[in-house]
Amino acid sequence: MAYKTIIEDNIDVLVAGAGLGGTGAAFEARYWGQDKKIVIAEKANIDRSGAVTQGLYAINCYMGTRFGENNPEDHVRYARIDLMGMVREDLLFDMARHVDSAVHQFEEWGLPLMRDPKTGAYQREGRWQIMIHGESYKPIVAQAAKKSADKICNRVCVTYLLMDEAKENRVAGAVGFNVRTGDYHVFKSKTVIVGAGGASNIFKPRSVGEGAGRVWYAPWSSGSAYGLLIEAGAKMTQMENRIVLARFKDGYGPVGAYFLHLKTYTQNAYGEEYESKWFPELQKMVGKEYLDPEASHRTHRPIPTCLRNHALINEVTPVVVRSIWSPWKPSRIRILKRSVGTTSWV
Amino acid sequence: MPTFVYMTRCDGCGHCVDICPSDIMHIDKVTRRAYNIEPNMCWECYSCVKACPMNAIDCRGYADFAPLGHSVRVKRDEEKGIIAWRIKFRNGKKDMELLAPITTKPWGKCIPKLSEVPGPTGEMRDSQLLFNEPKYIRMDDGGLATLESNGLKLKAGVYY
Repeated sequence: MAYKTIIEDNIDVLVAGAGLGGTGAAFEARYWGQDKKIVIAEKANIDRSGAVTQGLYAINCYMGTRFGENNPEDHVRYARIDLMGMVREDLLFDMARHVDSAVHQFEEWGLPLMRDPKTGAYQREGRWQIMIHGESYKPIVAQAAKKSADKICNRVCVTYLLMDEAKENRVAGAVGFNVRTGDYHVFKSKTVIVGAGGASNIFKPRSVGEGAGRVWYAPWSSGSAYGLLIEAGAKMTQMENRIVLARFKDGYGPVGAYFLHLKTYTQNAYGEEYESKWFPELQKMVGKEYLDPEASHRTHRPIPTCLRNHALINEVTPVVVRSIWSPWKPSRIRILKRSVGTTSWV
Repeated sequence: MPTFVYMTRCDGCGHCVDICPSDIMHIDKVTRRAYNIEPNMCWECYSCVKACPMNAIDCRGYADFAPLGHSVRVKRDEEKGIIAWRIKFRNGKKDMELLAPITTKPWGKCIPKLSEVPGPTGEMRDSQLLFNEPKYIRMDDGGLATLESNGLKLKAGVYY
């Protein structure tokens, strides 16, 4: 059987990868370009694709400016401390100031958001998270994309962006293949929105027993968001941060609700809360501005996630190994800080 | 745990093949029944379980909370806006029915068709607003937060 080449021309907006982000982008694009030709290319089926495929029972970033809870700059401050300064604050601020309107739209579309019976505000799980009944989070947003896009190419995996011959440094479309038939798809488009996913299974999952090899993140994320864009010459940003989601013992599911809402903590093999005993040593490494447990309790400053992970590594690493292998000396952190082109509030 | 198919219940309709995000639900060429070709790459998202009209796809809970021999069943109904899980132990000691809403509105009816709503004006195109903004940000008359409105200044470099 010969593979066909299918050429789709005169597209105005091509959405490559339609998880929650891509489907939402197709909806938004329809408003700003009501007569434009919008096409979606998605590796799976947009009804259930991306990282929210099976549903999500929280929205992990909601400011609640409407209820007087947080302002965008509060979120910037939080993320800056959590990631020890390695953040693009302009991007964080922009995301934070728009996120509430998206959530309010989802509620209008029918996404069941839980409310606090006393205050009427959305039920908080943590300072930034709200609780929802999110089994159909993705199908609901996919409905919005279906109403907006001219054509949806399910099972088409985009592999390369096409560069424009006439104009330098300009993307003019994308190519991909149908994962079922093997047909070659060429999309010629004025604009391409890449909504592709990150990369999972870069590190070997350490989950054990029955859960051996099970990962928290979607296993089908093949790094298209990096591959497509790096090859097209895009400047990548925030690559210093990666999310490594360990599946803790007995916790094969998301642990956000346990930690934030039920106020649980991780224990070592002796059943002890081990994190705080490493704080004095870590504070010597990074200084008081990033790790100040006293102030954290008063002001809701987070303990930086990387330091909490460091406490975990210290806890499970023998003392001898630790003294030899210590890459996170303060001098190195300063070098890293200098090398990151980022911006800051005064 | 990864899903599996009861061959006697499956009629080979292919709904699971159509929906599986990992593309690992396939139809066996000889028996014409669906099966999970690659359980290692199964995310246990249960899209296939929810999509199966014959209830032929089952999933086993991890042994630390559900002993072997139990069944996990799900019924998802977009018209009623509800998802119902049933977890039943082999010895009958546990028979749980778990209900959750999946939508509060008639399915898909409350999403606007944006090609038919009044389009944005030139002024709106030049602004930093998204669709439905600024109203939807705070559901009052407050505008979009900007650096000026929030008393902030952006300055190059890292200074903290």
